[in-house]
Amino acid sequence: MKFGIVVFPGTWSDVDCKYAVGDILQQPFEYLWHKNNEDLSRFDCVILPGGFSYGDYLRAGAIASLSPIMASIDTFARKGGLVLGICNGFQILCESGLLPGVLMRNDHLQFRCEWTNLKVENTVTPFTADCCDGQVLRVPISHGEGNYFADENTLHELESENRIIFRYCSVDGLVTDESNPNGSVNNIAGIVNSKGNILGMMPHPERCCESLMGGIDGLEIFQSIIRSIAVV
Amino acid sequence: MSLVNKETLDEIALTVEEYHLIVETLGRTPNALELGMFGALWSEHCGYQHSKPLLKLLPSKGDRVLFPPGQENAGAVDIGDGLAVVFKIESHNHPSAIEPFQGAATGVGGIVRDILALGARPMALLNSLRFGPLDDPNNQYLFKGVVGGISWYGNCIGVPDVGGEIAFDSGYSGNPLVNALCVGLVAIDKLAKSTVGEDGNLIILVGSETGRDGIHGASGLASRTFELQESMRPAVQVGNPFLEKVLIEACIESVASGIVVGVQDLGAAGLTSSIVESVYKSGKGVYIDVSKVHLREPNMSPYEVMLSESQERMILIIKPENKNRLADLLSKWDLPWSDIGKVTSDGRIKIYDGKQKAADLPIKTLNEPKLYRLKGNLSSEVEQARLYPLSSIPLPDSSPGEVLRGLLASRNINNKEQVYRQYDSQVQTNTVIAPGVADAAVLRIKGTNKAIALSTDGNANYCYLDPYRGGMIAVAEACRNVSCVGAQPIALTDCLNFGDPTRPEVYFELEWAIKGIAKACRVFNVPVVSGNVSLYNETRGKAILPTPVVGALGYMENVAHRTTMGFKSEGDAVLILGTSRVSGAAKSMAASEYLILYHNMLVGRPEIDLKLESRVQALCRIAVRDGIVRSAHDVSNGGLAVAIAESCLVGGLGFSGDFSISGRWDAALFGETQSRIIVSVPPQMVGAIQKLAVSMDVPWAYLGLVGGKNLIIEGLIDLSLKQLGESWKNGFH
Repeated sequence: MKFGIVVFPGTWSDVDCKYAVGDILQQPFEYLWHKNNEDLSRFDCVILPGGFSYGDYLRAGAIASLSPIMASIDTFARKGGLVLGICNGFQILCESGLLPGVLMRNDHLQFRCEWTNLKVENTVTPFTADCCDGQVLRVPISHGEGNYFADENTLHELESENRIIFRYCSVDGLVTDESNPNGSVNNIAGIVNSKGNILGMMPHPERCCESLMGGIDGLEIFQSIIRSIAVV
Repeated sequence: MSLVNKETLDEIALTVEEYHLIVETLGRTPNALELGMFGALWSEHCGYQHSKPLLKLLPSKGDRVLFPPGQENAGAVDIGDGLAVVFKIESHNHPSAIEPFQGAATGVGGIVRDILALGARPMALLNSLRFGPLDDPNNQYLFKGVVGGISWYGNCIGVPDVGGEIAFDSGYSGNPLVNALCVGLVAIDKLAKSTVGEDGNLIILVGSETGRDGIHGASGLASRTFELQESMRPAVQVGNPFLEKVLIEACIESVASGIVVGVQDLGAAGLTSSIVESVYKSGKGVYIDVSKVHLREPNMSPYEVMLSESQERMILIIKPENKNRLADLLSKWDLPWSDIGKVTSDGRIKIYDGKQKAADLPIKTLNEPKLYRLKGNLSSEVEQARLYPLSSIPLPDSSPGEVLRGLLASRNINNKEQVYRQYDSQVQTNTVIAPGVADAAVLRIKGTNKAIALSTDGNANYCYLDPYRGGMIAVAEACRNVSCVGAQPIALTDCLNFGDPTRPEVYFELEWAIKGIAKACRVFNVPVVSGNVSLYNETRGKAILPTPVVGALGYMENVAHRTTMGFKSEGDAVLILGTSRVSGAAKSMAASEYLILYHNMLVGRPEIDLKLESRVQALCRIAVRDGIVRSAHDVSNGGLAVAIAESCLVGGLGFSGDFSISGRWDAALFGETQSRIIVSVPPQMVGAIQKLAVSMDVPWAYLGLVGGKNLIIEGLIDLSLKQLGESWKNGFH
């Protein structure tokens, strides 16, 4: 099991992802530099971490989506490799077309850093295999542009193929307007591609992998990935 | 005075006397560039002309202090395990008054580079903010702009914003205070210095292109009062947080590679101040060719290049043979850079534009401005306000419960979640205690069991009525805050925000606030390791309230031994440490939020007993460390009832009081007597804390029990948490 952690100029949760995966979960990892278009077959899972790649200039994730490493990730994903895009990573995946839809500015136009509750809607994915159906994970968000939007057809496809993995919800798992922190359509917090090997999510699981940080629900996601790879 | 007129001197904030002194020292009249450089370096902002003689009064030595204040760009403190914590607070008041978003944003950027200049990784930000009342649309604009700018810059660079304070007073209308504090962590053997090393070393300018922004920022904005705000907007810099983030990584990598001799940030007065300061400290000279500087726009004059305050720039000093290695490192990060000159031995700064000489000045003269030691005096207005007979103030028409709700809803006390949730407080995954739940933020130190705690404090109302005691209380409160989470205060940084020091009443405030800070530091045995002074904070000829802001750094041996302010468990006993009874003596209302809000009066004279304060804090720390208390919260703005309400609201548990009051209920519930901490204690531990209190000579009193869904003080207050929460969270819009 080996993780790759991509670093763009302006990425900042690379180190947090490294701490979660390498220090807490004791998994092998390597940082991947954005300028390299390289063979990623030595990895099982590549993480696109959060941050402000290229300062989010133009649009969040837009410039990073054109960098050499993204061509490598495209190839890696086609061969079935797991890709986890967190926050800015989710934005980059949408910009590069690996995931459908867009992430717009939060509906209230402000940055938000706070804990959210996520309802796990599909446990038959490598990213959620350790979760129970309907389980509520407590995971923080930290973004200004996390307002997920997609057209009717795409949404219909996502819903019918069960590709919406996480929805913002209340503590009791109710998907309500009050629990939606950014205006995302259908309370979407995370989706997968049609093959199910690319997950994009706005919340930060790497920030809640120790009780010292106020919660450990992020471990469910990383441990799901590790166990899924072990099973294969 | 033949070659220069008064307008020119005004623009660069030099006095006629200073000009004559320059001419006399040089033996000739300076040219325009040379005069501009003097204006910048002899400004209050860079030269500390009025404050330097006073700042010497602050104790700055300590076992953990790695070098004296002023030697490097920030203070550094040894926390063991070969690690140093670097920290400093700095103001960006005047730029924020003119362009709040960019002013505040570049304030954050600037303080981060101070930390970076020591080779440290910035690990947290705090900010201490003051605004005029928000019912004035201009203050709304300033408030939203400042918060937006801090959020925009801090979030983008991946440094968590973990705390600070916000207060409002009409004196800050049009002159908000924006004080930013940054903390960094570095291995002691990797600490960078601001030295320039030997002759021949290269001066490498790294980062953003130099443009025409921010010229006269130090002399024009920071060092005098001003009214023509819109026309001064070009003197405010524009930030690029993305470039700052890249600069952070590139500088840390460069320093870690071992090829960097010295590092210096570029802040106020740009290249001029940065180069002159570091060359001065090393006793060297320097040759600069401004035609080598990478520019944002063509045809900039040497004057513009030397005084530009373009952001996101650093100076790295290297040996010539390492130029290629540095070039490789910087190209990895696609950072522009230029080799702009070299270190010399002649003690002068010689500036060339290609082959043409543009300036030639002695470094020593430039860096040793005329200092002023003035005479201050207490204003009669304050003298009268102090003597006001507090006992003659009538009880309010409102009930105690109504007053409590009113205070909780007031701008200075209410919940600031709507502000701090716009800041990323968790990135870098070290934030163990985030904003809103305790008196100080706590960050763990990865790879150890240790943690640090951080808090800023400064009550301007106290300082207005008595700057000496106000200065002492600022230190006491900042230290009390870190003690409440269980940390030992080990160092302070201060930001002294005052009006025009040439007014005797302002100079009096500055002098006595510094003396008060110094006194408290000596009693608590905590040094001031860094700081900043911001004078000339005035609007329409009136100075702001004197506002010294103190940032405290606390040390925690074991991160597990910490607590927050919220009540944790039904049935816990609630005690107050620092007093043996709930006194309703009228004098406790001095300078209180209650008097201001309900009686519209800023009167009385605050008091503090520093020795008692020191014992109370020590008791609290031991009680937290030993797990005797489950929560700790200091009594500050709004007094006892507000402190209890906050512990209820954060913990989601009620309180049932069982204590008697001597004297007035308003003074007892809302008075702001210092040196008091409210703790909740498991029933089986009550004996232990009492024993400890007796052994440490700290008075205490029993207040009641945690439990239920109401805050009840028999015969006075009975309010549900829901009601209290509605008042507390009404927030900012």
